[in-house]
Amino acid sequence: MGKVRLNPEKPRRRPISDKIFKIGATVAGVYVLVMIALLVFQLVSESYPIWEEDGLSFITKTDWNAVEGRESFGVLPYILGTLVTASLAMLIGVPLSIGIAMFISDAPPKIGGPLGFIVELLAAVPSVIYGLWGLFVFRIYFKDWVEKPLHDLFGDSIFLFSGTPFGLDVITASVILAIMIIPTVSAVSREVMKAVPQQQKEAAYMLGATKWEMFKLAVFPYSKTGLIGASILGLGRAVGETMAVTMLIGNATGIAAIPTSLFKPSQTMSSIIANEFVEASPASLHLPALIAVALVLLLIAIAINIVAHVLVTRMLKVKEGAINN
Amino acid sequence: MTTTIERRQEYRNLFKNNVEKRLMVDKTVRIIVFACVIIAIIPLGSILVEVFKNGIAAISYEFLTETPGAIGSGEGGIGPAIQGTLIIIGLSSLIGVPIGVMSGIYLSEYGDNKLARSIRFFNDVFMEFPSIVLGIFAFLVIVLILGHFSVWAGAFALSLIMFPIVARTTEESLKMVPMTYREAGTALGLKKWVITFRIVISAAKNGMITGILLSVSRIGGETAPLIMTILGSSQFFSSMDVPMDALPLRIWRLSLLPYDSAQLQGWGSALVLIMIILAINLGVRYFFANRSKKRGLLAQLIKKGMHTKN
Amino acid sequence: METQISSDPPSTIDSEKYKMIAENVTISYDGIEAVKDITMKFKEKSVTALIGPSGCGKTTFLRCLNRMHDMTKNAKVDGKVMIDDIDLYDKSVDPIYHRRKVGMVFQKPNPFPTMSIYDNVTAGLKLNGVRDKKILNEIVEDSLKMAYLWDEVKNDLKKSAIELSGGQQQRLCIARALAIQPEVLLMDEPASALDPIATQKIEETITELKKEYTIIIVTHNMQQAVRVSDYTGFMYLGDLIEFRETKKLFTDPKNDLTAKYVQGQFG
Repeated sequence: MGKVRLNPEKPRRRPISDKIFKIGATVAGVYVLVMIALLVFQLVSESYPIWEEDGLSFITKTDWNAVEGRESFGVLPYILGTLVTASLAMLIGVPLSIGIAMFISDAPPKIGGPLGFIVELLAAVPSVIYGLWGLFVFRIYFKDWVEKPLHDLFGDSIFLFSGTPFGLDVITASVILAIMIIPTVSAVSREVMKAVPQQQKEAAYMLGATKWEMFKLAVFPYSKTGLIGASILGLGRAVGETMAVTMLIGNATGIAAIPTSLFKPSQTMSSIIANEFVEASPASLHLPALIAVALVLLLIAIAINIVAHVLVTRMLKVKEGAINN
Repeated sequence: MTTTIERRQEYRNLFKNNVEKRLMVDKTVRIIVFACVIIAIIPLGSILVEVFKNGIAAISYEFLTETPGAIGSGEGGIGPAIQGTLIIIGLSSLIGVPIGVMSGIYLSEYGDNKLARSIRFFNDVFMEFPSIVLGIFAFLVIVLILGHFSVWAGAFALSLIMFPIVARTTEESLKMVPMTYREAGTALGLKKWVITFRIVISAAKNGMITGILLSVSRIGGETAPLIMTILGSSQFFSSMDVPMDALPLRIWRLSLLPYDSAQLQGWGSALVLIMIILAINLGVRYFFANRSKKRGLLAQLIKKGMHTKN
Repeated sequence: METQISSDPPSTIDSEKYKMIAENVTISYDGIEAVKDITMKFKEKSVTALIGPSGCGKTTFLRCLNRMHDMTKNAKVDGKVMIDDIDLYDKSVDPIYHRRKVGMVFQKPNPFPTMSIYDNVTAGLKLNGVRDKKILNEIVEDSLKMAYLWDEVKNDLKKSAIELSGGQQQRLCIARALAIQPEVLLMDEPASALDPIATQKIEETITELKKEYTIIIVTHNMQQAVRVSDYTGFMYLGDLIEFRETKKLFTDPKNDLTAKYVQGQFG
């Protein structure tokens, strides 16, 4: 922002009100830095008792016992629960999202516009309503049409399908999560695919490629990095999700929460907090343990999201530079 | 060895006549891709249908205005929850919007330095913080200190979700205003803060309001941060220092009860919540987001995470 | 507006047939005509240049010759484009099959950035099911030689395509187009993004290529048209104003508008 000097002879004087304005704006800007610092500090210091007690083994332990006198906590089952459900959500949701992005980016605006809008609407539905619907509608059909048959057929042979298909389990939570990340992943995928220059597509068509071949030749290789970034963004979203997962994952704790089968209940880092936080007594180690879980969750979520952002922005910058020879 | 015409014809003969097969593959892909779209739309349709279908049975004047009855009795209503949601949205906006707007102004109008770059980066990072973590933060700095659950804590937690979004959308909206507007103001001898508020913001109004309303819609559906801050309650709002109810919280708690009547009330609450959120979303799109510029803004918001509901 | 003086180049070489014939081609975007009722016949193994001021429709017309407008929303093409007596725009014809016969080189070099030189050239061949390594190698060498690029890259075919200079990339694109053994080559201002030396190389390539291929080139550089083409068509605001042997069109234009353009009175 340049400052226009109307009177070059006079020394530049900024009015007090402008100075105050700038200070105010800067304070508002710095607010986020302060909040982040404060938040991390609070999480670390309030969870300190558990780190003091267990050290880093808190991350590898699988106990979860809040009974006084026999307190022992470990976050490993929940880390696994989070990663498994989020990864499954990615496995299911990313192909769907890329398919949607392909369809919409190629459809005429009259169809693509409303469709894109509908997919975006999926993003407006609150997590707790996804949970409600998942609990009372989706689960019923899924349990009877998918889980029971798979369990009856393969329950004994494939470990993935063992357990009782009651519907409150890893797979149900993962499927709902997959639906929830579709808007993000497809929107970013669309952006990334739109960045492919028209000349690249024309080059493929010139060789006589079909639309699908054009995607394989011109779009996917060019936008590969960005699409991976979009997927990891979806992973990050799934990791941070709380309510829908809490309502569908079955609330297992401790060792029983380790996800060993698709049809067994489990627990994620966010769901254990949602389920137990209000009941945990600050006097015991229970609350610090939950706060420690939150710290671990935060670190994992941030790490994933940073990787995703780097991939998406990198793709958009590097390829642009290389082509403009 | 130069290639002769005959050799070239030989090459051409090598080309498999696989055009039909390739077209079939192409058609199959088209079908698969279309199926993806349908698979995504079905849940949305189902959710909306089920919420309406099941929820409408619960709606009545009593339902919307009374306090909850005894657990499992099926009596009473969600009056406190509706009131609570409106209160918490209002309070959170009171805190989050000014901070977000000023922060956006900072990034846009004073944002050409190292500090601003790192603020922008951390702003984006902060948007990715799981909302339950933000709820714990509010719990630790407010509830623990005060010794009791508090509406302030809930508003604070939700404001933390709001302000980065508002900052981002404000910055983008302000940046879209051409420099010439500001230069005209300077040429008139106006002070910078006057230029910003009266000229630039007026021009960026639509984008900013869109961003604010969308972030309001986002926090309206948030549950996780409210669990450990306002806790939930069966009473109407009485003071800032006691627990309060909110629609998402009530929906969750109702879903945990084994009674059919509770389930019905859950659907009813979901219906009310969805109507509020849809009203905001659709309203924004019709009144503010009709131009393609705003489309870009919307897409950016989604990318930046305006819609993880926790 | 005077319509075309002649759509038929004088048949000085009678025995040579027409490789491609565009008949009554009209192209409109959203109802507005960009190319109006053009009929042109292109002789085998010749170079035809399309010249005219910006916006006259020459690129639009060029692109309809291999049905590139299929990709453009709101574009409507009427008329016929015949290759070897088959109308490309006939409903029964599949453009995929016939795009093999018509290669295209674009204004800005656009090699596939994630692929090597070798893979760029073989891209079209692989689509058509050619898998034999020996044959692929043969065709790669042949195409790169024809594009005058072989000597410069033969030792490092696995190099990434974007590491080449602009001129080299454009010749790579020519090689890529030639690899699928087309019979017609369309070139849309192929040298406009290149420096003079690279331009010269491209023009040399075109002169060599016309011994085997039918080439149609859009250019805004009149000297270039004179240097490389046998026939020239002058277009203005969607109409084909004059279409004759290059030398005759430039030295003795029959149409007033043509005369003004070639004398540089408007661009």
